[in-house]
Amino acid sequence: MRLHLSRRTFLAGTAAASSALALGRGVYAQEPLKVGFVYVGPIGDYGWTHGHELGRKAVVEHFGDKVATTYVENVAEGPDAERVIRQLASSGHGLVFTTSFGFMNPTVRVAKQFPQVKFEHATGYQTAPNLAVYNARFYEGRAVCGAIAGHMSQSGLCGYVASFPIPEVVMGINAFALAAQKVNPDFRVNVVWINSWYDPGKEGDAAKALIDQGADIISQHTDSPAPLQVAEQRGVHGFGQASDMAAYAPNAQLTAILDDWSEYYIQRVQAVLDDAWETHSIWYGLKEGMVKMAPYGDAVTDDARQAAEAVKEGIIAGTLHPFTGPIENQAGEVMIADGATATDDEMQKMDWWVEGVQA
Amino acid sequence: MTFDSTVLILVTVIGAATPLLFAALGELVVERSGVLNLGIEGMMLVGAVTAFAVTVATASAALGILAAAIAGALMALAFGVLTLSLTANQVATGLALTIFGIGLSALVGSGFVGIPVERLPRLQIPGLSDLPVLGPLLFNHDALVYLSVLATVGVAWFLVRTRPGMILRAVGESDVSAHSIGYDVILVRYLAVLFGGVMAGLGGAFLSLSYTPMWAEEMTAGRGWIALALVVFSSWRPGRLFLGAYLFGGVTILQLYAQGSGGGFLGLPAQVLSMMPYLATIVVLAVIAGGPWKGRLDAPACLGKPFRPAT
Repeated sequence: MRLHLSRRTFLAGTAAASSALALGRGVYAQEPLKVGFVYVGPIGDYGWTHGHELGRKAVVEHFGDKVATTYVENVAEGPDAERVIRQLASSGHGLVFTTSFGFMNPTVRVAKQFPQVKFEHATGYQTAPNLAVYNARFYEGRAVCGAIAGHMSQSGLCGYVASFPIPEVVMGINAFALAAQKVNPDFRVNVVWINSWYDPGKEGDAAKALIDQGADIISQHTDSPAPLQVAEQRGVHGFGQASDMAAYAPNAQLTAILDDWSEYYIQRVQAVLDDAWETHSIWYGLKEGMVKMAPYGDAVTDDARQAAEAVKEGIIAGTLHPFTGPIENQAGEVMIADGATATDDEMQKMDWWVEGVQA
Repeated sequence: MTFDSTVLILVTVIGAATPLLFAALGELVVERSGVLNLGIEGMMLVGAVTAFAVTVATASAALGILAAAIAGALMALAFGVLTLSLTANQVATGLALTIFGIGLSALVGSGFVGIPVERLPRLQIPGLSDLPVLGPLLFNHDALVYLSVLATVGVAWFLVRTRPGMILRAVGESDVSAHSIGYDVILVRYLAVLFGGVMAGLGGAFLSLSYTPMWAEEMTAGRGWIALALVVFSSWRPGRLFLGAYLFGGVTILQLYAQGSGGGFLGLPAQVLSMMPYLATIVVLAVIAGGPWKGRLDAPACLGKPFRPAT
């Protein structure tokens, strides 16, 4: 029998054979997984973005040649974010981390258009089959800080330098106030909104304004060490935010809330490599190690230290919840019933203040 | 507001106004010579990082400040070569300078994040610093604050009462006429641009050595642009510029105090209070334009136009 081999068949066969070879070769020399990171601030902010960058570095160290990471910093929340995320998705990245609340809508839109790419959005609340949400229970750290503040404050007034009135910031302020009020029922929190996550000059000025009006504890939900620096200059105390700021405020810093994304990032990259990635909406805290506390400063009294440890252990053991009822808002309505604890949903939609908070 | 807290607020206002004053004074001189330099933000950032880096490396703030002035001047020199010698478009070059400055400062500063530095020491003037109210208010600041005030007086005197100042103004109003009389227009503009760079560098140095003694990327947070607006607001006059810088700084600080007092100001939400500095500046500008102070609002006639001598 003669084989009827037309040129078309020959070409098709050659193409099939060589691509089979190429794929075969591909199995032995795996393309590294490209992982993208979109940052809202500069990696040199020594705060929020710095924490994510440490997580990225941990991924690089852990996986070596198996991953190739890209990061884009200073991406403004808004239309430009969508451009950046889309560019990462369309340039071969298999996993993209978008690390700010304001990236939520752009991430959702791009995720719809790139179903093969996996997205992880920090501090958001919308998921999709290829979009997972991850968040850290910073309010647990706030409760620990509040316990310390309640013991250590002479004036009973905390100055809080805050960014935007979104639920994450609101629940942090409330958790702090509630924990301090367990020690000192008359504890108050005055909040200054600077409408930015990061502006060292304004953050410092806000701290000055608060201290000049009687606050002797400074807390912040902004990204630079400026408020603590001012606290150090003025001889009051405060709490570091998102990284250990003791270098800037050796006497002033009582403790700091640390974000540790490394374990989570390594876990998720491994899941993609193992082809076992699934969407989820997780919210990890002190128990899972995503939130950690910096070592206590020398100024922390024994009472404060004990109270802080009790809160921390209670939260890790699950016996203490920072939002345990009865909790009323400032209009006197009961928001959390007696004996109940706030659900995740209630916290993520929190838009009311507890007594003693002037926001 | 108690009397003590009033004094404290005013001290903070002085700190907030000083970087604006430095940068805006420099730009005022530049614009009076007919050049529009939009690169203030970039020059301030380069000045800030240079001051910080040199201070950390040599433990001398004086060297840091000097280095910041030189760095600002070098950035301005690059701008000058492009716009004065090569007659590139001034607006585009200025914007490019800003973007370049942001990136360069971030690159240089990446090794200095997380390093604290001693704040600039407050100069104590024997006798004056101990006065009851005026002492802490006026006589307890660091060298750069006093330098900014001296610079304001110096620039005002220079522009109005000296011959070189008059030449500079002439170059800005009518470069062709000045050239035909025999003045070197390009040289005058180069010197003005360099001065602008030095002042922007000093403004940046104040931010990173005194205001918030640290290096953080983009720490100027838009102050360069505000300085640019203040120059226009001041009708290119140093006295009004001083008032404008302190007005802007003052309202910025006051709105923070209003929030921090727990009562706010007339119950206005925080976002509205944030708008106050800009609104106040616009209101004052409108009042100046209409009222009895209506004077020279005209910009230097040759502002932004490249000079190409006919010969």
